[in-house]
Amino acid sequence: MTSIGTKARHFVLEQPIWIFVVLCVVVFSLSSEHFLDIDNFKNILVQTSTIGLIALGLTFVMINGNIDLSVGAVVALAACLAVDLQTLGIFPAVLIGLASGVLLGALNGLIVWKTGVDAFIVTLGAMIGVRGLVFVYTEEQSFFATDFAYADFGISSVAGIPTLGLIFLAFALLMHCILSYTVHGRNIFAVGGNRQAAIDAGIRVGPHIVINFMLTGFFAALAGITLSTQMGAATPNLGRDFELWAITAVVLGGTKLTGGAGSIVGTFGGVVAIGVLRNGMNLLQVPSFYVLVIMGTILIAVLFIDKQVSRNKEQELKV
Amino acid sequence: MSDIKPIENYGIHTAKDQPVLVLENITKTFPPAVTALDQVSFGIRKGEVHALCGENGAGKSTLMKVLAGIHQADGGQIFLEGRPVTLAGPMDAKHQGVLLIHQELSLVPEMTVAENIYLGNLPRKWPSRVDTKKLYADADAILKRLKCNFSARDKVSKLSIAKKHMVEIARALVFTPKIVVFDEPTASLTDTEKHVLFEVIRDLKSQGVAIAYISHRMDEIFALSDRITVLRDGNFRGTVDTNNTSEDEITRMMIGRSLEKTRNVAAGTFGEKVLEVKDLSCAGLFQEISFSIRKGEVVGMYGLVGAGRTEIAETLFGLREPTQGEILLDGESVTINSPTEAVRYGLALVPENRKEQGLVLGMSCRDNITLANLAAVTDGGVLKQSKELEIYDKYAEQLAIKSPSWAQRVGNLSGGNQQKVVIGKWLATHPKVLILDEPTRGIDVGSKSEIHKLIRELAKSGYAVLVISSEMPEVLGVSDRILALKDGRINGEFLDSEVTEDDLVKAISFDNASVQRAS
Amino acid sequence: MAEASTDIKTGGQASLAQKSLEIMARQGILLAFVLFLVVFSIFSDRFLSADNFMTVVRQASIIGTIAIGVTIVVIGGNLDLSVGSLLSFSTVLVVDLHDKIGPTGAIICMFLFALLIGALNGYLVGYLKLNSLIVTLGMLSAIQGVTLIYSGGQNVDIHNQDSTWFAFFGRDYLFGIAVPVILFLGLALLIEFLLKATSYGRKVFAVGGNPAAAVFSGIRRNRMVFSTYLLSAFTTACAALILGSRVMGSQNNVGQGYELLVLAGVILGGTSLLGGSGSITRTVIGVLILSFIQNGLLLMGYPYYAQWLVTWAVIILAVWLDIASTRGKVFTSFS
Repeated sequence: MTSIGTKARHFVLEQPIWIFVVLCVVVFSLSSEHFLDIDNFKNILVQTSTIGLIALGLTFVMINGNIDLSVGAVVALAACLAVDLQTLGIFPAVLIGLASGVLLGALNGLIVWKTGVDAFIVTLGAMIGVRGLVFVYTEEQSFFATDFAYADFGISSVAGIPTLGLIFLAFALLMHCILSYTVHGRNIFAVGGNRQAAIDAGIRVGPHIVINFMLTGFFAALAGITLSTQMGAATPNLGRDFELWAITAVVLGGTKLTGGAGSIVGTFGGVVAIGVLRNGMNLLQVPSFYVLVIMGTILIAVLFIDKQVSRNKEQELKV
Repeated sequence: MSDIKPIENYGIHTAKDQPVLVLENITKTFPPAVTALDQVSFGIRKGEVHALCGENGAGKSTLMKVLAGIHQADGGQIFLEGRPVTLAGPMDAKHQGVLLIHQELSLVPEMTVAENIYLGNLPRKWPSRVDTKKLYADADAILKRLKCNFSARDKVSKLSIAKKHMVEIARALVFTPKIVVFDEPTASLTDTEKHVLFEVIRDLKSQGVAIAYISHRMDEIFALSDRITVLRDGNFRGTVDTNNTSEDEITRMMIGRSLEKTRNVAAGTFGEKVLEVKDLSCAGLFQEISFSIRKGEVVGMYGLVGAGRTEIAETLFGLREPTQGEILLDGESVTINSPTEAVRYGLALVPENRKEQGLVLGMSCRDNITLANLAAVTDGGVLKQSKELEIYDKYAEQLAIKSPSWAQRVGNLSGGNQQKVVIGKWLATHPKVLILDEPTRGIDVGSKSEIHKLIRELAKSGYAVLVISSEMPEVLGVSDRILALKDGRINGEFLDSEVTEDDLVKAISFDNASVQRAS
Repeated sequence: MAEASTDIKTGGQASLAQKSLEIMARQGILLAFVLFLVVFSIFSDRFLSADNFMTVVRQASIIGTIAIGVTIVVIGGNLDLSVGSLLSFSTVLVVDLHDKIGPTGAIICMFLFALLIGALNGYLVGYLKLNSLIVTLGMLSAIQGVTLIYSGGQNVDIHNQDSTWFAFFGRDYLFGIAVPVILFLGLALLIEFLLKATSYGRKVFAVGGNPAAAVFSGIRRNRMVFSTYLLSAFTTACAALILGSRVMGSQNNVGQGYELLVLAGVILGGTSLLGGSGSITRTVIGVLILSFIQNGLLLMGYPYYAQWLVTWAVIILAVWLDIASTRGKVFTSFS
């Protein structure tokens, strides 16, 4: 087998989701004339950028062996802050929105580090509590962007590519490089794969975890802000269920829930898979109710296939 | 104090044979009342292999952890190359040249060998980038030095246990250690893998690295070491020259008496064949296994790690599907598809790994003992406390289980008592066939001989017993008949009364040993 | 690995003060509970009335009923995130079928379908051994979709709400106590008995505590896990009964978010998400605490979303207290 062949095989085995993406693209291009259109792809890019950004940050946290359920609530908080505080100027408002995400991430990370409470529980609490913060701040009102430049940003393009899509792609590339080539990135696998070994090897696991949660908070906030530029508004119920979709994308991309393995490329594949699927079904005018059923079924199916593929059937116990 | 005199004085001012490491009056207590080490003093020389022996609980592991910086001593001083040092933590110890290679491997499975070797220490290119070129070049160099035949780019999860051990050793070499401590390194290695390890140790020795070697295995200690230090109950008992001592002497230093062989409970009369296995095979694991066990008989299965013994037991117990062959119980052919069925047929398995397979550590002793036979303690599905306690008391007494109360969490008991709980659980099912896989692994010598006596008594009272073991004295002391396994095949069958140790060693190491079928 | 020959690793006698502090810390939840009662009763005189107490328990009854089944799943070592969607589905189904085939038929149908879904969950997690977090997450979406398809996106209503006995479950009183409360607490007692006093319950603890050891002991692990999901679906269906009967109608996403509140209640009660330990009593207390927080804050004049902030703090503090007391140190020791 050529080395390209072996590399391709390894790639496919580690991230089977790309086969699915290719399959979908083929099926949809054949069944809908609108699918294989440059404008449609731009659409997909922008639509998936929200969950995509969240999934980028979430990937680091999940390879660490943790999870962050509060991302949906952070989306709402950052969006509401960025829209509401525009009297201070768009730039400061956006900065404050991003800062809120980073600070909440730091809080989550610190609690996980210092108390030892599992990230699932810590971020479950944060998910409920931050949503409460949003409601307290907004008093259940929706906010509308007063500065038109804000909403204009949401539909702007740079060299023909939607700005929001570019932002997503740029950050995806950045995160990929961090994960694959930097010390912090490689340590993520260590902390997730064998935390005690990482501690014994002198890696400062506590701050490491906090940084990753801060990144997740940053991306959730960014996702919320970019989403609100598309809407020109922010509502207190924004972002509900976003954590589910983001986690789905990350898991579809091959990241193990137990930590220690995963990749940005895989997460990107998971995000694209969800985007392509939704877009395709939309174009085929499949009622949105069915989309939910299909998404749920696919998630379970991918899990099943992954288990079959990675089992060593010959030597296993019936346990 | 014993009558064994330490051979040398270990003050730091000794001129000849400069010790590279001296421990002086090391004391370590764990509050509130456990004294793990009491004024332990001895020294290790440059370029020697120094074995450390002692029963479980003697303090070897604690001592090594103090050395590796994991624990801080409460009293005493450590001298490294003549200078007093403080080892503040594992990293500090490593930087000063003291490395501990744990029994439990400390590797990250999904990362490459090189990334594991340089864990926490990755070479950098401008603040954050990993210098991959240097990383793999350096790692390959170390692997070459250790004569490893795998690449630094391999993923650790794909390596065998022996190769993983090599990676651990490679990690140690990154720090150019002065002393490397091995804690029971051969526990899960095959024979060939052990030889590779010994080569590495001899190699390190020739480069002037001091080696501390903690082990239970006398044959290895006598083959490898230059001197042996014995600890007992946290106290230093003596250091002897390996060439000038014997196994018996070391044992006496360790436990204060000679080990009696357990060959003294006389065999009862044997009844009919209870279990018979014909041509049992499982592709890749074992081939054409045929043997039988009679009522009242103890059959020992002896062989090295990887010979297929545990897999045979698992197949008998319904955990594995055989590709071929027949199992007969009381003369009738049976198919066992799950442990539930196995129990119903009257089989019982005390598994190899009691913590992961034998016990629910968070549950009480009583609940663990009744777990395999809940039917006996329920009335229409409802649990009867009185019946449960009855059963617990019965086996706690019969097996001498030391636990403050039935409600004690089984995870808090010592290894020997935990194993007794597992055995009690299975006795409570009133089985016909009792299979014990490595029943005394990791258990103190006292409990060990209790369990051996118990096995003989159980057989006498009518059980058909299969004991799997990789310890020669155990298998010789406990069995009526011994099966020797090599690479998944029965390579010899011997009567205990006739076999010699030599026979057994040959049968598990060489092919074509004559298969004597004992009548 | 070589082991210590000391019999008990905890070593020596702890002082009486130390021991009692430990016990108190483990009952941190109960302490928090009592604290709340005290604080709220200071700020509101209506708080500690029998009337209010009953209201609180009644409001907790839907989440509480679901939490009973989810507790069993968690003790068995798994999660069930699909209960919110299942609640929506079951409520919509029973309300919709009520007018079509009468209350008896509707109820039977709902239980049947709910158990079917539970069986599907149980099969995927118990027999195919897929990860329960992701599987039930997927089912959460799928069931939500099915509900929407079934209801056509519409809300459903029961007509002639006054003349049907279906109102019994959500609106009636028995011996002066609201029926939902009787159902909730009655079911809790029953399942607690099942859990603590039967061999079934013992096996669930074993499977959750150490699945490998359970299998090696002859327990049918797959079957046990499967059954826990059936129980979870069953209690969710009971909750749907109460909800549907009380509201006599349903939005098609009425259960959205319930899975997290249920989980919060289970966690607050002190049942470990790792499996192998816990009890229904603890879950009931956890759910009641949540309900008391909500009630207390409302009586003090705060808007309904204020409880979320308090819940956030309470969950983390409660679990931290429990963990810290087990490990003996307030903070973790790695840097």
